[in-house]
Amino acid sequence: MSELKYRFRQAKNYVMFSITFLCTLLTVGVLFFILGYMVWHGASSLNWDFFTKLPKPVGEPGGGMANAIVGTGKLLLIAALIGVPVGFLGGVYLSEFGRNNRIGFLVRYATDILNGIPSIVMGIFAYTVVVLPMRRFSAVAGGIALGIMMIPIALRSTEEFLKLVPNSLREASLALGIPQWKTIIRVVIPTGFRGILTGIMLDLSRVAGETAPLLFTAFSNRFWSAGWLQPTASLPVMIYTYSIAPYEDWHRQAWAAGLVLLMLILFVNVVSRLVLRRRLAMGV
Amino acid sequence: METETAILTQNLNAWFGRNHVLKNVNMQIPARRITAVIGPSGCGKTTFIRCINRMHELVRDAKVSGKVLVHGEDIYAPGADPVQIRRRIGMVFQKPNPFPTMSVYENVAAGWRLNGDRRADLDEIVEKGLRMAALWDEVKDHLNKPGTSLSGGQQQRLCIARALAVNPELLLLDEPCSALDPIATAKIEELLYSLKQTYTIVIVTHNMQQAARISDFSGFFLMGELVEFDRAQKLFTTPANKLTEDYITGRFG
Repeated sequence: MSELKYRFRQAKNYVMFSITFLCTLLTVGVLFFILGYMVWHGASSLNWDFFTKLPKPVGEPGGGMANAIVGTGKLLLIAALIGVPVGFLGGVYLSEFGRNNRIGFLVRYATDILNGIPSIVMGIFAYTVVVLPMRRFSAVAGGIALGIMMIPIALRSTEEFLKLVPNSLREASLALGIPQWKTIIRVVIPTGFRGILTGIMLDLSRVAGETAPLLFTAFSNRFWSAGWLQPTASLPVMIYTYSIAPYEDWHRQAWAAGLVLLMLILFVNVVSRLVLRRRLAMGV
Repeated sequence: METETAILTQNLNAWFGRNHVLKNVNMQIPARRITAVIGPSGCGKTTFIRCINRMHELVRDAKVSGKVLVHGEDIYAPGADPVQIRRRIGMVFQKPNPFPTMSVYENVAAGWRLNGDRRADLDEIVEKGLRMAALWDEVKDHLNKPGTSLSGGQQQRLCIARALAVNPELLLLDEPCSALDPIATAKIEELLYSLKQTYTIVIVTHNMQQAARISDFSGFFLMGELVEFDRAQKLFTTPANKLTEDYITGRFG
């Protein structure tokens, strides 16, 4: 090979490497930029009151978003109660029983379409089937909208992570005379569990930030909501309302709410991972 | 054959969809001996042993016809439960496949535990299984380490221990050494040699030297047919069939 050709290849390698590296840097950079920006604007409004007090009436400075923080927790709980079991069990079905059959194909197709439905449409749907018949906005309605939104990703990620479990493990278990259902519960699911949990956490994080489906389901509330069947404040809706309001103080609080939402998601992710690691270390 | 018969196949046929992979196999496998199944890739030898513990049917569109008698009992009889049959027949696979979420101990105990059998003497069973697989001395101080932390050869012996722990009547091995280095292979061969006093062993192997070294009987498969079955010594020195001779002398395959 000629010297020139070698030089050219070297240069090409260098250029391509730089481009891939830059793109990586860009991705991480955007994340840190958003994080930094939120801390910069939100941290100053973040104090004990923010976590413990209700919003103050317009014009009065201070106050907090305790009701919205609890509200987001409630909404996510209902969403998880719907989205996780349906998505998880559906994923188990697709991976273990529906690999090549017609039902599997149809379910996969339907979930992909469901995943593509705009979140606002999900809100309208929950409005029509839950809010209208009950004649009230409620945490349950919001939770249902978010829960349905969770299903496709929970389902497909469970399926994908279970498919990653090598078939040789299923065979090893079946060859020991262990029935298929027990093989799935004791061998297949535990092997893919870490990935499944990651997928579900990502899914939960995604719906935690959804605003549109909540606007006419959970609505909002400037006070503590008196139960699950009452309008409920949530962080995303508060961010939305506060950031389009013409008050400087509200803008700062909106940034703080964004920061809290982000930290909440981070917290849940980290804790679930720690719990999982401990469980694995004990060999359960 | 002067010894008792462990497995008898009569007109055994197997298919994957339309692909006819085993054709009228009649074989009489003696008890407490090592029987090797040899032949070129794709000749049906793996399918053959997977028919003996009803694992073949797990593959989509797989079909079996004919009879397989294990100690006189037809395992394809209507009403025969494949789960119960597999419990009586141990199997070791090509690549070591210990359960990654389980410790060494739990892997060996899996056959009992996962069947819901909470035996008090599980410690004994695990020790016995590991001793039979000649692995006890190497792992007795690391029973709680993950099974996958062992070396490849140890993992394969762990899989043998796991299969033996449930006291199977037969042990089927599907190219158990193909992913192992020569030293690990030698250990497993030694182990199989000692196990044949208690167990009927059927081993599929790509390696003719291995078959010649360890087996008492050998069957040569070609294109789904059993070409020749005889005492290993005879089959490897004076084969009756020209095809067998061509294969073992390395003229093809």
